[in-house]
Amino acid sequence: MRRMGEYRLEVNGDTHEVSAPDHWTLLEVLRYRLGLTGSKQGCDKGDCGACTVLVDGRPVLSCLSLARASEGRAITTIEGLMPAHLRAGGKGADPVQEAFDRCGALQCGFCQPGMILSARALLNRCPAPSREQMRDALSGNLCRCTGYTQIFEAVESAVATSLGLTPAPRSWEAPPVAKEARP
Amino acid sequence: MSARDLHGPGAPWGPGEPGAKSNQEFVTVGKPHRKVDGIAKATGAAIYADDITLPGMLHAKTLRSPHPHAKIRRIDTSKARALKGVHAVITGESMPIKYGVIPWTPDENALAVDKVRFIGDPVAAVAAIDEDTANAALKLIEVEYELLHTFLDPRESLVRAEPAIHEGRKEGNISKSVQLEFGQVDEALASADVVVEDDYFFHGSTHAPIEPHCAVATYSPDGVLTLWSATQITHYVHRALSRVLELPAHRIRVIQPCLGGAFGGKSDPFSLEFCVAKLAMLTGRAVKMLWTREEVFYAHRGRHPMQLHYRSGATKDGKLTGVDAKILIDGGSYSSFGLVTTYYSGQLLTGPYHFPTYRFDSTRVFTNKPPCGPKRGHGSVQPRFAFEVQLDQLAEKLALDPIEIRRRNFQGDFTRTVNGQRVTSNGFLQCLDEVERASRWRERRGKLGFGRGLGVAGSMYISGTNYPVYPNEMPQAGIQLKVDRSGLVTVFTGGNDIGQGSNSMCAYIVSEELGIPIERIRVVAADTDLCPVDLGAYSSRVTFMVGNATIDACRKLREQLVAAVAEKWGCAPTRVRLLEGLAIDLEDTSRSMTSVEAFHLAETKFDTLGATGSYNTPKLGGDYRGGTIGASPAYSFTAHVVDASVDVETGRITVHDVWVAHDCGRALNPMIVAGQMEGSAYMGIAEALFEEHDVNRFGLHRGPSLLDYRLPTSLDTPEFRARIVESIDPEGPYGAKEAGEGPLHPSLPALSNAVYDAVGIRLKHLPFTPAKVLAALREKRERESVATAQGAR
Repeated sequence: MRRMGEYRLEVNGDTHEVSAPDHWTLLEVLRYRLGLTGSKQGCDKGDCGACTVLVDGRPVLSCLSLARASEGRAITTIEGLMPAHLRAGGKGADPVQEAFDRCGALQCGFCQPGMILSARALLNRCPAPSREQMRDALSGNLCRCTGYTQIFEAVESAVATSLGLTPAPRSWEAPPVAKEARP
Repeated sequence: MSARDLHGPGAPWGPGEPGAKSNQEFVTVGKPHRKVDGIAKATGAAIYADDITLPGMLHAKTLRSPHPHAKIRRIDTSKARALKGVHAVITGESMPIKYGVIPWTPDENALAVDKVRFIGDPVAAVAAIDEDTANAALKLIEVEYELLHTFLDPRESLVRAEPAIHEGRKEGNISKSVQLEFGQVDEALASADVVVEDDYFFHGSTHAPIEPHCAVATYSPDGVLTLWSATQITHYVHRALSRVLELPAHRIRVIQPCLGGAFGGKSDPFSLEFCVAKLAMLTGRAVKMLWTREEVFYAHRGRHPMQLHYRSGATKDGKLTGVDAKILIDGGSYSSFGLVTTYYSGQLLTGPYHFPTYRFDSTRVFTNKPPCGPKRGHGSVQPRFAFEVQLDQLAEKLALDPIEIRRRNFQGDFTRTVNGQRVTSNGFLQCLDEVERASRWRERRGKLGFGRGLGVAGSMYISGTNYPVYPNEMPQAGIQLKVDRSGLVTVFTGGNDIGQGSNSMCAYIVSEELGIPIERIRVVAADTDLCPVDLGAYSSRVTFMVGNATIDACRKLREQLVAAVAEKWGCAPTRVRLLEGLAIDLEDTSRSMTSVEAFHLAETKFDTLGATGSYNTPKLGGDYRGGTIGASPAYSFTAHVVDASVDVETGRITVHDVWVAHDCGRALNPMIVAGQMEGSAYMGIAEALFEEHDVNRFGLHRGPSLLDYRLPTSLDTPEFRARIVESIDPEGPYGAKEAGEGPLHPSLPALSNAVYDAVGIRLKHLPFTPAKVLAALREKRERESVATAQGAR
């Protein structure tokens, strides 16, 4: 017989008291108890990254985290970004979400809640990352649609906007002539 | 009737000839607008199938076969039924009617009847109060199997008919066989100056969309079944449900919620759709089934493994004289789209090069593996790989530049292929020019030093097919427009937006045609109760067909709007232009009214406003059996150059850059087109280097997880450089053709050709693992040392 647990979770600034089976992951509690279905389940074993949420500001795979292990920590899901941005006096969605939309980085969109949160965490600790830093920071989030190009462009666009710079031309706009051979 | 005729006055690409400057003056079309669902997806607000929770909803799970080929002697579900919390258990006998996406080959059951055909074949399903209870119930179902001989090698299936994987077929374990010859191939090859003959192998790969399959069903007290499903073809699911459940189609409603990727992997009707429907009918409760990632690998329908033998001849100046192909296709355990796959493996190779003569002999067989089906570039990625490598072999023998041999064999535009397909616009030469220039091919190819090289390949692909999956003369795409007094226009489309942006495409066209901003357009899609029929998201048909249907509907509505405004102004309707939320008098630009006012005038004059539009293909295809399969109203063309390095110590290949030039006719939104091109090239490189969908010697999947089936991460993915080529097709919407599948094809052969340029080995067996690279390097060294020794003697 399974055992039930009572959890007190702090999600997107609100404290929720939740009752769920002991073995439930944070992802299951978010999706099926709190109705926060923005965090996606793609594999349920930590391979794809679609379930990524921020726990105390760091990207965490919610499908591999037991709900009880997340008590007492600040959890941010994709649904929390825009309200936080509005609370901070911003307009519309979080600049990273906005850039993903503006740059066409969302095709099927299923990986993107996790991807956007990983990107948000990257920009929080490194406001102007290089493309290599982006590749590294987003390597835990599989995207099957884009080939990642427009995702990198979206992050770069968000950086440019935050620094008040004009974003670089998009890949299909720039004349893509081969550079000298890289090592 | 041609697309042009369907639209009445005004060609879809604009008032002038295709490509004329006046046609470049679009307001919405051709600009990198946002997608209509972008911000909903970015904020987590978009609802996918598994995000749906209904009151009292039960959770369903599937029991699957542990054997690759076995008779079911007995199933006992009584203990499972007795478990507290279990509401229903169903087995094959609950739904004995067979189905299949191709109406000629219905060989699937929702749950196995009498026998199982691969490890993972669904056998029983349980609906219970929660997933844990359903899983517990699965363990209580007793199944007694009688094991049968397992077919894992397609060559065995070719010659051995017993035991039949599907009984009652006169062809034994052969699923489909097609032999077609155009011209005298043997004579053409005998008279060629140079002939290359070789074998190639294409492994299996799968779609691996990040969203697993999921379906939710309810059955209302008044007898209406509603199914929400992660499908890319609502219409065929609707038809299949009606057949299998023996319910009239008007009592079934199928809705596709937001879809988390498909790539062809959600084109067939699937077991879970029938199971949740049946369980909802039996229990009177809403039922959801979400497949695990492991189950998605068993559902498969991925790229067919193919053993390909090609023989091609050319004159000494590099002109092809004939191509001869023999292909053995491993279909896995069911037919799926296999009839089409078998034809496509031959029919889609006859461009962008002119084949004076051509023959193919393709045979698809059944094996006891997860069933193969359509994956992005259905049936044509494998032969394209083999042929484009062979073309490089020919170029080498003739000491021709690989780009040059492709130019010399260009088939031209507005022509007919050797197998009778009509080709309209064709920007392939421009594609070659673009990748040659951008990659600095002339300065760099063959000059990057041992270990690094450039390779090129080309391809063509269909923009939809004129072969509807079930024979009928009705439109292939339909659109309905509804106009609200607020100024909002709602577009109802049966088209399936699977992330490629088809809903956005509809909105851009309505905006262009009716002169209203995109935010005043709402798109309601893929709901069989609300939307006119569309045949779904496959064969790269949506932009071409749904786009043309949208233009058709808009032009009818526009005629009414313009007539009402002209009457009010007492001027000729030709003076009225709808632009940027206004109706403007072209001859007196001080006179204008808002589009809302124009809508009100038209509603007053004509009654409630709305319009329908449709598209059907013109009569196409060769005049022979199978001649319409692969016949498309327009073809897209692509060329890639790949820049890759080979580490001769480890055998590891690194791809640096992929230049992708693609002729999409006209880019209705260049940002979305570039996204399709980059995503396609990514998927091609991924299956060339990393991915392999295979079973072990027991028929068990080698690694049904996203860790073992290796999708490239952001660290493994090269830089993609998209160059859009616009040939402005005379029949496409504003001249548009497809962009979602064509740009995958050249990735694999261009990489193989780049490896040859880098280190002098021909990789003909996919995927290009380090072990294969090292073996080929070793073989090359041995060959060279023998040659040196012989030279010394």
